[in-house]
Amino acid sequence: MEPADDLLNEMAALEISADPMRLNMGPSHPAMHGTIRMVIDLDGETLINLDVQPGYLHRGFEKSCERGTWSQVFPYADRLNYVSPMLNNVGWALAVEKLLRIEVPERCQYYRVILGELARIADHFTCNGASAMELGAFTPFLWLLKVRDWVWDILERETGARMTHSFGRIGGMAAPPTATFKDDVLRLIPEVHKVVKETEIMLLRNRIFLDRMQGVGVLTKEQALSYGVTGPMARSTGIPYDVRKDHPYLVYDRFDFDVPVGEDGDNWDRFMVRLEEIRQSVRIIEQAIEQMPDDGPINVDDPRVIFPEKSDVYTTIEATIAHFKLVMEGLRTPKGEVYSFTEGGNGELGFHIVSDGSGTPYRVRVRPPCWYNLAASREMLLGGMIADIIPTFGSVNMIGGECDR
Amino acid sequence: MSQAVVDRLNAQFGERVLETSDAFGDHEVRVALKDWAELAQFTKDDADLQMDHFIDLTAVDYPERESARFDLVLMTRSSVTGARIRLRTHVKDGEEPGTLSGIWSGANWAEREVWDMFGIRFNGHPDMRRILLYEEFVGHPLRKDYPIDKAQPLVPYRDVDTIDKLPPFGIEEGQPFARIDWESRLAGADSQVSPALGVQQGQRRTLSDSEAAQQIQARIEAQMAKRAEAAQASEETSEEGSEE
Amino acid sequence: MGQLKVIDGGGEVAVTTRLSDLLQWARKWSLFQYPFVTACCGMEFMATAAPRYDIARFGAEAPRFSPRQSDVLWVVGTISQRQGPAVRRIWEQMADPKWVIAFGTCASCGGFYDNYTTIPGVDKVIPVDVYIPGCPPRPEAVLDALMLLQDKIQANDRKPVVVPPRLVPERAPGRTGEGDS
Repeated sequence: MEPADDLLNEMAALEISADPMRLNMGPSHPAMHGTIRMVIDLDGETLINLDVQPGYLHRGFEKSCERGTWSQVFPYADRLNYVSPMLNNVGWALAVEKLLRIEVPERCQYYRVILGELARIADHFTCNGASAMELGAFTPFLWLLKVRDWVWDILERETGARMTHSFGRIGGMAAPPTATFKDDVLRLIPEVHKVVKETEIMLLRNRIFLDRMQGVGVLTKEQALSYGVTGPMARSTGIPYDVRKDHPYLVYDRFDFDVPVGEDGDNWDRFMVRLEEIRQSVRIIEQAIEQMPDDGPINVDDPRVIFPEKSDVYTTIEATIAHFKLVMEGLRTPKGEVYSFTEGGNGELGFHIVSDGSGTPYRVRVRPPCWYNLAASREMLLGGMIADIIPTFGSVNMIGGECDR
Repeated sequence: MSQAVVDRLNAQFGERVLETSDAFGDHEVRVALKDWAELAQFTKDDADLQMDHFIDLTAVDYPERESARFDLVLMTRSSVTGARIRLRTHVKDGEEPGTLSGIWSGANWAEREVWDMFGIRFNGHPDMRRILLYEEFVGHPLRKDYPIDKAQPLVPYRDVDTIDKLPPFGIEEGQPFARIDWESRLAGADSQVSPALGVQQGQRRTLSDSEAAQQIQARIEAQMAKRAEAAQASEETSEEGSEE
Repeated sequence: MGQLKVIDGGGEVAVTTRLSDLLQWARKWSLFQYPFVTACCGMEFMATAAPRYDIARFGAEAPRFSPRQSDVLWVVGTISQRQGPAVRRIWEQMADPKWVIAFGTCASCGGFYDNYTTIPGVDKVIPVDVYIPGCPPRPEAVLDALMLLQDKIQANDRKPVVVPPRLVPERAPGRTGEGDS
C-alpha cells in the first residue's frame, strides 16, 4: 500500500469533531459601520446559524419625543439617520404638517427637495464608499468622502451645520435659501458626476470586488416584501417601489426621473442601485433648480405655527405673546393619528404620530427603514461564508441611530 | 391608503369590523383582538387585496383608558395595487394577541420590539426575547408609567470622588428637563399642557423635586464643603509660610 | 520636549535630553488608535480621516482594531447602557500607557439623550483624558483635541481637559451677505 493511501485510511478512521463553532461578532467590530452584535454558528467557514442582535444604540428616541414640544423633535429626528439628516428633518416636518393640514409654499417645497436630494447623495456616497473600503478598496472611499465634504459645505452654508442641521421647521424652513445657493449647487454637480465615474472606473472591473459582490447576499423579491424591506435594498430585488414615485410628496411629481431597479438582489445590485440613484438625484436637483422660484415666502402664513419676526417680537406685544406661547406651550395640533412617510436614505421613513390635542406629542413612532432591512439580513447571510458578512452588511447600510433609535 | 380595502373588509367580515376611519386620509379598520390574526391573514391571501408588503407594527399606550390599555397598529401595503391599510385592535394589559410572524416575516422583529417596549406578549411567536434592550432590564420603557430617567446600568458607575481623574465639569451642570408626571396625570391633575407650563401651574414636578436631584444636591454640597475646607487649609498653610 | 541640551563639536551636533522625555516624544507622535465608533459622530470621524483634514499629519492615522495594540481609545458617539460593559472591557484590555478621548457631547456627558438608556457620559464607566464638545464636533475640534492630547502626553499630565472653543469669525462659514445690504 502506498504511504499516501495509508494516511487517508487513517484519517477516515479518526473521529474529527465536527461540532459547529460559535463566534461572537460585535458589538464593536472594525469592519461593520454601526454597532451590532452577531452570534454566529460556523461549520468550517459556512454560517449555519445566525442571531442578529441590534439595540446597542438604543437612545430612547420615541420616549424622548413625548416630553418636548412638536418642534423640539427636530434635533432628535436629525440623529435618526445621521448620514442624511435633512431627509429626516423634512420627513418629520411633513408628518406634523399633515396633522395640521397645512402645506408649505412652493419655494419651500423646492428648497426641501434640493436639500433632501443633496443629503441623499451624501448618504449614498458614504454607504458605497464604506462598503468599498471594507473590502480593501480605500481609494474610492477617500474620493467619495472628498466630494461628500463639498456637499456638506453647501449644506453648511445653508443651514449652519455640517451634519446635524435641525433646519426644518413645521410650516417651512429656518431660513430662506442664500443668494448663492443655486450657483453653489450647480457648481457641485459636475464634481458629483466626476467622482461617480471615477468610482466606477476603480471598482466595476476589479475582479476582487466583483467576486465579493456578485451573487453574494441574495434576497428574493418575496422575502423582501415579507420582511418589509424598502428603499434601495427593495429596488435591488426588482420591486420598483419608491415613495417619491408611488406616493409623491412635496413636488416630486413634477420631476422626470427614473427609479433604478436591480434583478438579483445581491450586493452588486444594491451597490449599483445606489450609484445610479446618485445620478437620478442629480437629475432631480437640476430640474428643481430650474423650476424653483427666486422670490416668495418660505414659511406658511400662519401665526399659530410660525414664529413672528424677531424684530416684531422686540417691538410689539402681540408678537411677543405669540412667540412666548409658541415657545412655552408649543404649537397646538388637532387630536388624531397620522402616518406620514417619505423616501429616506434607506427606504420608507415613516412617522406614525398620535396627538392628544396638546403641545406635546402623545406618541411618536418612527418606522425605521433600516430596522426591517436589517431583519432580512439573516436570510441573506445564512449558508454563506463568514467573510461575506462584511460586504453584505455594508450594502444593507444599517445606520445605528435609525435602526435602534 | 385605500378605501377599496376598507370596503372589501366590510363586505367580507360585516359586523366583525368594529370601526372604520379615514381621518387625515389614512384608511383604518379596527377589529376585535380575537379576529386580529385572521383578518391580517385574509388581507394578505385575498386575491383582491394582496397586502403582501409589510410596513410596520407598533403599539400605543393609553393608561387612563379603562376598556383596554393598548392599541396595536399594523400597517401594510400591497405591492400589486399600491393600496395601504392600517389595522388596529385594542389589547388589555396581559392579553396575548396572536402572532403575525408567520404571515409576514417582518412582524417577527416588530413584535419583539412591541414586547420589549410595551410588554405585550404575542401568542405563538417563535422567539419572544427583548430586542432593543437587554435581558436584565426590568419594565417596559414606552409604557407611560415608566419614568424616562429611570436608568438600569449594567456596569456600576465609577465613583468619581475617589478617583484622581475627575471630569472637568461639575455634576450641577446640564439642563434639567421638565418631565411629564404620569402619576398625577392618571390622578386627573395633569392635563398635559406643556412641560414648562405644567411646572408653572404646579401640575408637574421638575427634576429639582425628585429624589435623584436631592441626592445630587447633597453631593454638590458635600463637594463644595470639601473644596471650602481645602481652600481654608491652603490659606492657613500660606499664612503660616508668610509668618515665617 | 522638556530639557534639551545641544552639544556642538567638530562639525557634529548632538542633542541630549532625558530618557523619559524622549519616550514621551516618541509616544505622542505614534498614537495607535482604537475607534470605538457607535453613532453620528462616526461621520465626522470619517471626515477627519479623509483627505481634507487628514489626521495622518499627526501620526495618528493608523487604526488598530485590537485594544491590545492601541494607545488611544476614541469613544465616538452615544454609549447606551447596553454598550457599557463592552466599552469597559475594551478599555481594560488596552495596555498602559493608554488614553481616552470622549468624542462629542454624547460621549462626554450624554448630551440631550437624558433618558433611561443612555450612559450620561462615558466617564461614568472609564476615565477620560480629553473631552471634545460638539454634536458632532467639527473636524478642526478633533484635531485640536489630538494636539491637546499630545501636549498632555509630552508634559506627562493626566488631568482631564475639555477642548476649548476657537473663534475665527472672519472664517466662519454660513449665511454671509444677508443683512449687509
